This record gives sequence, structure tokens and C-alpha cells, in this order.
Amino acid sequence: MNGADAVLDAIRQAFPEGSGVAVAPPSDLPTLRVERGTLLSLARFLKDDPRLDFSLLADVCGVDWLERQDPRFEVVYHLYSIAKGHRLRLKVPVAEEDAVVPSVYGVWKAADWFEREAFDMFGIRFEGHPNLRRILCHPSFQGHPLRKDYDPGQRWLLREGEQHEPAWARTQQEDEDHFETQVLNLGPSHPATHGTLRTVVRLDGEVITQADVEIGYLHRCFEKMSEQHTWNQVIPYTDRLNYCSAMMNGVGYALAVEKLLGIEAPPRAQTVRLILSELSRIMDHIVDIGANLNDLGAMTPFLYMYEAREEIYSVLEACAGGRLTVSYVRIGGLANDVPPDFEEAVRWLLRRIPCLMDDMERLITENRIFRDRTQGIGVLSAAEAIDWGWTGPCLRASGVAYDVRKAAPYLGYETYDFKVPVANEGDTYARYLVRVEEVRQSLRLVEQALSRLSPGPVIVDDHRVALPPKEKVYTEMEPLIWHFKLVMEGMRVPPGEVYGCTEAANGELGFYAISDGGGRPYRLKVRPPCFAVFQAYPHMLPGHMVADAVAILGSLNIIAGELDR
Amino acid sequence: MGGRDEGTRARSAGVAAGPGRGDGSPAFLTTRLEVLLDQARKNSLWPFPFGTACCAIEFMSVMMSHYDLSRFGAEVVRFSPRQADLLIVAGTVTDKMAPVMVRIYEQMAEPKYVISMGACACTGGFYRAYHVVQGIDEFIPVDVYVPGCPPTPEALLQGVIRLQEMIERGETHYQRASAARARSAGEGQ
Repeated sequence: MNGADAVLDAIRQAFPEGSGVAVAPPSDLPTLRVERGTLLSLARFLKDDPRLDFSLLADVCGVDWLERQDPRFEVVYHLYSIAKGHRLRLKVPVAEEDAVVPSVYGVWKAADWFEREAFDMFGIRFEGHPNLRRILCHPSFQGHPLRKDYDPGQRWLLREGEQHEPAWARTQQEDEDHFETQVLNLGPSHPATHGTLRTVVRLDGEVITQADVEIGYLHRCFEKMSEQHTWNQVIPYTDRLNYCSAMMNGVGYALAVEKLLGIEAPPRAQTVRLILSELSRIMDHIVDIGANLNDLGAMTPFLYMYEAREEIYSVLEACAGGRLTVSYVRIGGLANDVPPDFEEAVRWLLRRIPCLMDDMERLITENRIFRDRTQGIGVLSAAEAIDWGWTGPCLRASGVAYDVRKAAPYLGYETYDFKVPVANEGDTYARYLVRVEEVRQSLRLVEQALSRLSPGPVIVDDHRVALPPKEKVYTEMEPLIWHFKLVMEGMRVPPGEVYGCTEAANGELGFYAISDGGGRPYRLKVRPPCFAVFQAYPHMLPGHMVADAVAILGSLNIIAGELDR
Repeated sequence: MGGRDEGTRARSAGVAAGPGRGDGSPAFLTTRLEVLLDQARKNSLWPFPFGTACCAIEFMSVMMSHYDLSRFGAEVVRFSPRQADLLIVAGTVTDKMAPVMVRIYEQMAEPKYVISMGACACTGGFYRAYHVVQGIDEFIPVDVYVPGCPPTPEALLQGVIRLQEMIERGETHYQRASAARARSAGEGQ
């Protein structure tokens, strides 16, 4: 009996036929169709039963089946057990006229923002949610944009006075000594926010007593846009999710769609993907560490480390033509082969980057000021971090060694020798240490991958997926037709659904794709790692000072493009 | 730079140079105060980086040692609109962000200039979508549009140089508006 069957059997025992839980036909993950009346008791059972132990709520999203299914909506939950390593998908059907589902916020805190997003995008209400209001769209927005009958170009203007302000920020409050407390607004344009985030805090003296966060200032409608484009046209949009490490988003997306297509990229393409992904991870950590230090007043290390970023840009530019947003991945492989001097250029990086990291570490790691500013600041325990849905370096800094590259290897990560750095303190300093060590592990991975780079094709030889070579398109009839059909109609992805996840720089980056057999995604939901990480931020602030809030924010590495999509 | 260019520039800036013997003895220069100020302004731009998205990362590259915007006198980045005269909108502006951008623009002291960096800020880019401003010129006047998604650092450098040329020739939105104000005030008398 495999793991998926064991999971379903355990659930069957507790929730037999007729209890509102039905096993859906097999797909990529074990899937249950759940009546909304049973959802809460099932959720508690899934989390608390020691055989199941679904501790991580990875994602909640809505799906609109307008005129295809009745009832119209579905709320889809993706669960993961960090201890057992198994996954589960729950689907709760909801009718349009009575679009209410019980909130699972009481079971997993991670549901907080994901449910708000589903409300914002689909108008599905979550009963019992403590703060159910729009999250990505602005307060004056009308309608729910991801509904299939919403016109993608329909905009609504927001006026100055209509911006959101937390209710508590409008009332005056005194502390116990009858001194007035102060409300301070950080962002959305603030030197410490690195992108468009907004934090409102109440200060008693210099200590934060209350905090609230507003996001959505960079909501660029990724998911709606992806429904308007063919599968391959979505790749440039994925680049702009986490734009600090654009390559990795494309790889994650391509892997998910390839799973749906049942194809695999050729070995050379996989190795190049791995090399460039790990280099992107280094770039991302460099920006995060550098910006975090910059906020704390240490400008110099950023200048040192940015040299490494420029060097990596040069390699990416030589491969793909773009520096930052590379659009290099294609479904089934890569857009083109790497340049002849690729290996040499990467070997230079392998020599250069450790020197720059050493320089930075000598300045910072044992630096008294830095340690005083970061140790014991922004501590989150392992249990809380999992509850909030944290993944990636932030979770590993809290002592949980969950890394998708080890837990569910892709691109052949299981054949490489690398370690998953873990720290136990869960504070800002630990997050810094984990990132520094991850850079070094990534360099090891790149070195190993480079020695395996063998000649061969970089994209699958399948005219239903990949564009035929240009010389054939110009000279032969059939390739011309294939080319035309792929460009105009897009590739036909068999109907079905898939949840593919990869370890991006910030954690588990999931793509939940639904295909209806047409040339475009029917629904594409991104599970952005920093969305889950950032929702814990306002709860970490009380008791800290404003300067600490800046240090914590920098260490979480919130990238607005990925957060707001 | 050729001598003809220099002559054109001197005329357009309204500078008339007095006799100088080239031996270090004093010479004089006559000009209008505005022209002199514009010379100073163009060579000491203080940018406010309104970085919202991917372009902000490329803006960082422009500031770092490799490209180094300070070579063009514009490295004093200020996050307070009161201390800046060049608004660089780097990245996608959404409808939620637009009032914030307008407020920052209004808070900047005059004279002020705007560079729209990247396809999104110029036109909305490939986000023809329900929450994205289709070009920041819906809300604020733009002096220089820098295309690209994101623009290369060289492109932004060229944008800054172009703005400097515009300031020198009095072609920015602010300068044209204040010239028009001065003209209409003159007609009123």
C-alpha cells in the first residue's frame, strides 16, 4: 500500500461514505470532495490525527466553473504534512447564490490571507474569518475579478480619501500612564519597505503595541492575465513574480505544466535549469541580505555583493538575452542552448562569489552591532511558523528542515550532494545565517551540475509542445503548420489539474494549474511563498521597536511581485 | 564634442562669454539667472526612487558601482519627496498605488521632473488588466519615457542624460508650464 492509499484509508475510517467526504477520481494528488458542513471537523481531524499530521496548509484558492459545473464555485485546499511528506487536496463545492464556506483559520492560521484572497477574487465568503475584507484589490473595487464573467480590462479608480485605514488607527488611545499613543504609517513608499508594502503600527513611546499590514499595491493580475494567454506565453509573466530570481519561477511553472503533459525536459535542459536556478537563488539571497543590512545602516556589504549579482547577470544575459527577466525556460526545455563559453563563465562565478561572500561575512557575521540588532529579534517558533504556512529559509531558520528539493526532488536534486542548512533560534540573525549558508550550498550544487553538463538537445522533440527548428519551418510544409498552430492556438494540454511545487528562493513556490484541454490555462493559481510568510509579520511586531520592525521585514525577504502577483 | 555643438548650446542657453585671453586672466560671462540655475539643477539631480516592481531592482543596478549614476551627478537618492527633484517611477503602478504616487508628486518641491522607467510605468506594459494603471501619464506629467521590461541600466542612464539635455533647453513640463505662466502674466499687464 503506498502513502496516498494509506492517507485515504485513514480518512475513510473516520469519515465513511455518506458523511460528506467523497474520494475524487485519482489525479496527481489524492483528492477529496468535501461538503462544507463537514469541512471543519475534517480539517481538525487531518491536522490532529497522528497518522495524517497535515500541519501545513499550503494554499487555499477558488475556482470558477461558470456554465461547466454545478455548483459554480469550488474552494480548493492544498495540504502538506512536513513530518510524513504526503500531500492532499480538498475541494469544497459552493453555489453562487450561497457562496459561504466555514473558515479554517481556527485550524491553520495560514488560512488568514489565502481565504481573504479567495473572497477578493471570487466573492466566496468564509464564515468565522476574523477579518474578511479585500486584500489585493483596492477598497473601491467593484466585483470579483477572477470570476470568468469579469472583463479583464475593467478598472476602477481609487481616490485619495478612499484608501484603507485600520479601524483602530482612527481612535485615540492612552497607555497606562495616560500618555497618548501614536499611530505611525510605514509605506507603501518607504525606504525600508523594498517594494510596495504598507505597515501601520501603534507606538507606545518607541515600542509597537499594535500592527496591521496592507498589501496589494503591486497586484498586477497575474492569474487573470495567464487565463488570457497560451501556456508558453505565461512564462514572461512568471518571470515577474519574484523578479529577484526570475529564472526559478519559470522553472517551477514549466515543471508543473510538463507534469500535466506527461513529458520531461531533456537532461541537458534539466542541468542548465538547475545551474541557473541555483545561481538565481544566490542572486536572491544577495539582494535580501544586502538590503537587510542596508536598512540596518551597513551600506558597504551590499556594494560588495552586488558585484556577484552583476557577474551572474552577465551569464544570464549571455544565455537568454535578458538580465533580470530572462524568459529562458520553455515548456519542455529551454528557449535555446547556452553559449559556448557558458561553462567557463560559470566556473569564474564559482571562484569569484565565495571571495565576495567571505568579504561580506568578515564584515558582518561576527559584527557586534549587527548581532545586537538582530539576535532575539523577530523570533518565531517552529510550531508557529508551520501554523502560519511558512516555508523556505525563514522556516528553516526556525528549526524545520523542510526543503522541497529534498522532500520531493525535481530536476534530479536527489542525485546531488548538498545540505539543507537549519538554525534553531528563529530570529532575524538565524535567517541571515541560513541564507548565507544556502548561498554556499548552491555553489556546491552548481559545481556538481557543471561537471554533468553533457551535450544534447535542450528541448523535447515533440511538435505538439516545442516549436520546430526555424530552418525546417522555412523549408518544409508540416513544420510550418505546427509552428503556426503552436503560436496561434497554443499547445493542447490534456484536461486535468496539477499542483507542482519547487523550492524557490523564499520557499515552496506552487503552481496549481487546471487545463480544460484548450490552448490556455483554465485557471492558474500561484502559491507564493512570501504571501504566507508575510501574513505572520504584523503578529511578530508587538513588543518590538520600530527599528526592529525594519530589521525583521528585511530578513523575511518580501518581494511584492510575488506577494501581490 | 565639436565646436558647432558648443555654439548651439551656448545660444540656446543664452550664455554670452566675454573676452578671455586664455592665460588665466579674469573673463566674464553673462546669462540669465534661470539659465544658470538650470545648469546647476541638471548636474545635481536628486532622485526619489518610486520603485514598485522589477524595474526597482534594475534601478539598484544603476546606483551600484558597476553603472554608477553618480557619474552623472544624480546619486543622492532621497526617500523624502521634500528633498528630491526627480521622480523616477520604476515599475508597475496599480490603481491602488496611484493615489500614493500622485501625493508624492504633489509633495515634491518645484522644480520637479519625472522619468517613467519601464514599459509598465510608460503604458502599463503587458499588464492590460483590471488593476493596473495604463501609463502613469494618466495621473502625472512625464518628461522622459524609458522603454524596456525592465530597461537595461544603460537605457536608464540615457534617460537621465536626456532629461539633463531637456532641462538645459528648457523643455521639461515644469519649465514649459512656468514659462507659459510668465508669458500670460506679462500679457496681463
